[in-house]
Amino acid sequence: MTALHATPAEPRGLERLRWAVADAVAAAGRDVAHWRRQPAAVLVAALFPVLLLLMFTYLLGGGMVVPGGGDYRDFLVPGMLALAMVFGVEATMTAVVTDTARGITDRFRSLPMAPSAVVAGRCLADLAGSVVGLAVLLAAALAVGWRPGGLVPALAAVGLLLLLRLAFLWMGIYLGLLARDPSMVVAVQILVWPFAFLSNAFVAASSMPGWLATIAEWNPVAGTVTAVRELFGAPVGTGGGWATEHALLLAVAWPVLLTGVFAVLSVRRFQGLSR
Amino acid sequence: MTTTQVAPAPPGTGTDRPAVAVRGLVKRYGGRAVLDGLDLDVRRGECFALLGPNGAGKTTAIEILEGVRRRDAGEVLVLGEDPSLAGRGWRDRVGVVSQGEGAGQALSVRETLDHFARYHARARSTEDLLAAVGLQESAGSRVGRLSGGQRRRLAVALGVQGRPELLFLDEPTTGMDPVARRQFWELIRGLRADGTTVLLTTHYLDEAAELADRVGVVAGGRLVEVAPPEELGAALRRETTVSWLEGGARRSVRTQAPAAVLRDLLAVQAEIPGLSVTRPGLEDVYLRLVGATPTTSEGALR
Repeated sequence: MTALHATPAEPRGLERLRWAVADAVAAAGRDVAHWRRQPAAVLVAALFPVLLLLMFTYLLGGGMVVPGGGDYRDFLVPGMLALAMVFGVEATMTAVVTDTARGITDRFRSLPMAPSAVVAGRCLADLAGSVVGLAVLLAAALAVGWRPGGLVPALAAVGLLLLLRLAFLWMGIYLGLLARDPSMVVAVQILVWPFAFLSNAFVAASSMPGWLATIAEWNPVAGTVTAVRELFGAPVGTGGGWATEHALLLAVAWPVLLTGVFAVLSVRRFQGLSR
Repeated sequence: MTTTQVAPAPPGTGTDRPAVAVRGLVKRYGGRAVLDGLDLDVRRGECFALLGPNGAGKTTAIEILEGVRRRDAGEVLVLGEDPSLAGRGWRDRVGVVSQGEGAGQALSVRETLDHFARYHARARSTEDLLAAVGLQESAGSRVGRLSGGQRRRLAVALGVQGRPELLFLDEPTTGMDPVARRQFWELIRGLRADGTTVLLTTHYLDEAAELADRVGVVAGGRLVEVAPPEELGAALRRETTVSWLEGGARRSVRTQAPAAVLRDLLAVQAEIPGLSVTRPGLEDVYLRLVGATPTTSEGALR
């Protein structure tokens, strides 16, 4: 906004930032209040990755061999943690589509609040929700006998996982703004599965045919999965290529790239709502 | 937040800055002009009703004034600012009741009002709002369980929460029962007594007649007439419809001289069966202004 249009009442500089943060926290508080009113839905969302963890550990895990040796459960837990972050794209998308369909997004746009607060609030709320989801899944993993290597690397691993969540959060915001119809969420819920399986989350990429292995290794989730395995002291699986050897780099680069791309797309789309 | 509240000007002066000033507003969707050179002035402190058929562009116009939709051409000043550039301070002076309910389903009415109060500099108290729109008994109900009319009441409460100088109401009473509508009218009269300017769209002509100082009729993306409700379509209103039965069939003639028509009729017959002489009501005038009824040709008798 140029000085020409600014009124003396318009907050500026730091004051403006303070308002924007207050607005974002308030908007996030609305989501948290909604979750508290719908504990069953929140519980189901948090327990779904736990169910997968149990299925793959006890039903399929017996037949799984990690290339290079190691316990399949320890190999699986980082993969499940990363996938739980990917599944978050559905929750974010659903929330954004619902807000748009119910006119809540339009109400926010007509209120005296920072334009950034709607998406920033969404970010804060969903990241907070993911912290809870990670805690539930980690507790389940501990219950089935999994142990992390050490506290500091474990915290670094959680940081990488939340960074991945941030990337899929922005993807969810963009898809939600694009969809305009809650039924579109179902399509994303289905497409998430081939995306999840075409990675190193459940099996080592090196166990796949060559070209599939390359795709799985370069899957945006794969870097995070391998890096988290290393940080947790879990078996990584041998036979990986360049992408597996530089997992930590990709675990940072992929989410940063995705966040950047989808944040720009989302802001554009959000501004385009007024067309 | 500006503290200089412009007092409503005494009627007839018209020298104060208008609350809304629109010149040549154009909005196209895919090449089709929804608004095609709309001009509009709303004075400070007045209640202005936009009437028009579905698809006439009322909602598009009001959304451009609210600053949530961009225009393709034209000049728009709302409270002295261009809504597409206006910031937080301006938004706090404007209240919006759009057609959507704009509230999540899981929270209660009271929680919803408490939440949205946080964005306003001087929010009305939740208790006052609940009383004003008659939702006290539903305060603890989840928004998802409210009836259509109750949701409209909540939307109205959210619209006036920030003590706006200018209130936009897009079909505020759709779905309300007659009691709720009258309660809503009282609320709007109370706001106007405090100096709030109101711009509303409505399908209900009685609502426009009840609330509005002036009515603007939108058709084909333009304002085709602006007048106080009782003077709307003055030329059309002078036309009286004389109707009677002739050989079992009803005939009617629209005329500015009903007495002459009656004289002609009485010249050929002593009695005029089924005679009625009516002046058009607001609804007739409105329908003819938006071109929804064919005009019967005069002189069918002669």
